[in-house]
Amino acid sequence: MSGHGVALRVIDCGKTFADGTRALAPVALEVGRGETAVLLGPSGCGKTTLLRIIAGLETPDPGGRVLFGDTDVTGVPIERRNVGMVFQSYALFPNMNVADNIGYGLKIRGVGEAERKTRVAALVALTGIEGLERRRVDQLSGGQRQRVALARAVVVQPSVLLLDEPLTALDAALRERLRGELNRLLRKLGITTIYVTHDQAEAMALGDRIVVMRKGEIAQIGTPRAVYFAPANKFVAEFVGAANLIEAACNGATLVLPGGTLPVANGAIHGQAIAMIRPEAIAIVPAESASLVGLVDSVSFLGDRQRVLISAAAAKVMTADVPNAIALAVGDRVGLAVEPAAIRLLPGDAT
Amino acid sequence: MRSGPPRAWAAGGAQSPMTKAAFIRICLLPLAVVVAAFFVLPMTRLVWIGASGRHGIAAYAAIVLEPRYAASLLDTVLLALATTVATLLIATVSGLFLQRRRFPGRALLVAMLTLPLAFPGVVIGFLIILLAGRQGLLGDITLALFGQKLVLAYSLAGLFLGYLYFSIPRVILTIMAAVEKLDPSLEEAARTLGAGSWAIHRDIILPALAPALIASGAIAFATAMGAFGTAFTLATDIDVLPMLIYTEFTLSANIATAAALSVGLGLVTWAILALARIYGGNTVAANG
Repeated sequence: MSGHGVALRVIDCGKTFADGTRALAPVALEVGRGETAVLLGPSGCGKTTLLRIIAGLETPDPGGRVLFGDTDVTGVPIERRNVGMVFQSYALFPNMNVADNIGYGLKIRGVGEAERKTRVAALVALTGIEGLERRRVDQLSGGQRQRVALARAVVVQPSVLLLDEPLTALDAALRERLRGELNRLLRKLGITTIYVTHDQAEAMALGDRIVVMRKGEIAQIGTPRAVYFAPANKFVAEFVGAANLIEAACNGATLVLPGGTLPVANGAIHGQAIAMIRPEAIAIVPAESASLVGLVDSVSFLGDRQRVLISAAAAKVMTADVPNAIALAVGDRVGLAVEPAAIRLLPGDAT
Repeated sequence: MRSGPPRAWAAGGAQSPMTKAAFIRICLLPLAVVVAAFFVLPMTRLVWIGASGRHGIAAYAAIVLEPRYAASLLDTVLLALATTVATLLIATVSGLFLQRRRFPGRALLVAMLTLPLAFPGVVIGFLIILLAGRQGLLGDITLALFGQKLVLAYSLAGLFLGYLYFSIPRVILTIMAAVEKLDPSLEEAARTLGAGSWAIHRDIILPALAPALIASGAIAFATAMGAFGTAFTLATDIDVLPMLIYTEFTLSANIATAAALSVGLGLVTWAILALARIYGGNTVAANG
């Protein structure tokens, strides 16, 4: 039951609400067949609006088009778009039991009782909720509800699967476990999936591609690696993972900082620049052999590593994640080394 | 394993629940007094009076055995049922519409629909006479169109219209409140699954409104069973049970029969409401 998804194309879809607020600037997005695209951004960035436009719950401003494969579905009402959707609140029907919830889409499509039973049973097994078929939905735990909602959305073999923050309502430990499970399931089903979240760890783990959004616009589209290692601008750099953003003068080969210099690899420029360095890209070395030197401000033990705040090296305090084995004390004078390739110079755009 | 610490804890805290129970009992005292003064004592007295006439306890049997009383009881029940069904139909459709659509004049329309809440039954009877009485609007129109005057006001149809007018505002407000509380994502979820408007109303909205429909339907039914003012204004050809009680009580001074009929009216209403509640509960359980 895999591979029944279609490619998705969003062309110039913007959304201005009746009161004049613009939730979404006209955006374009292409998602390949069977691919999982994650819409990532803070609340109010327009990611849910874009999802609802794709679902057909909102109509785009004139000029915007949504294509499923080669079919223009812009004017097709949601009930005939053949999408599966998982809501943040799960929206399970309280007047139906688990099996009736999952089978509802099939019942509406006029699928016969026998086939309905088989397909519901297959999804029940796939999502691991055996034995709960006769339960009322208010007798389920959060994780069980999430699975029922997912089973209900995919049982109809939708062209596109839409997930609106499906893990947000769960506690942290469960969220992490279900994230792995969801990832496995999405790969297995092979449905074209749009996943909305504000959690960058979730986006990294689940997305083939991440669409970072901000203030109704797309800030960057790329693979998780591209978005993490080569953010398009300051916003993406800060929103996806932790980042040191250092304003410094660049002389074409090195960054000139208060505590010394750092060699830069490709894309070096002359003049003021913003350099992004991930905390784990900074290595602590003996001060004598380093080109950049700073003072240890604080050390916090994180279990698998330690996080060191270093002052005096750059204009702002820098954060470095280093192995536990290195013994550090507050006030130590340390050298900092960074692979030239791990330094990314960003355009100095608005924050 | 389990019997150790919890039991010790329970023993330690045993003193506090006792005082709590006593406190609750004191708080319940006013309720007990009110129940006794306004419910238990008068009802007992009423039941006793009902059996104190010439026929004794047989007065109760007369409610069903005496053709006049039985016919009146049947008329009243049928009228109340028809009122309830019609009210629920009209109020559900309009309640859904009024709560979901925003249009100019909506607030005014809601205010107009709920205005009759303040009217006593007599005023409503008067309005029905204005509408469908011998000099009424309906009579004038039908006279002009068909050359014959249609007069409904003084029949069961007139009462039905009056009760409808009386019940709709009460039910519509309850339904509107229930519609407002519906989770819009339930409806959206049904739509993503392919459900059209009819299916959504049948499978999602009506089941979610069921408790409100049962509760407000019960009120409409009970009100229609016992309504007196409207009946008193309109009922010249009809004998609904409250009118019958009034006639027995004031005109015939047949206090025992009046009491027996009152008890009968109460019991029948209560029994039908209990049935509705059980049936309503069952449908919810069967669906869930």
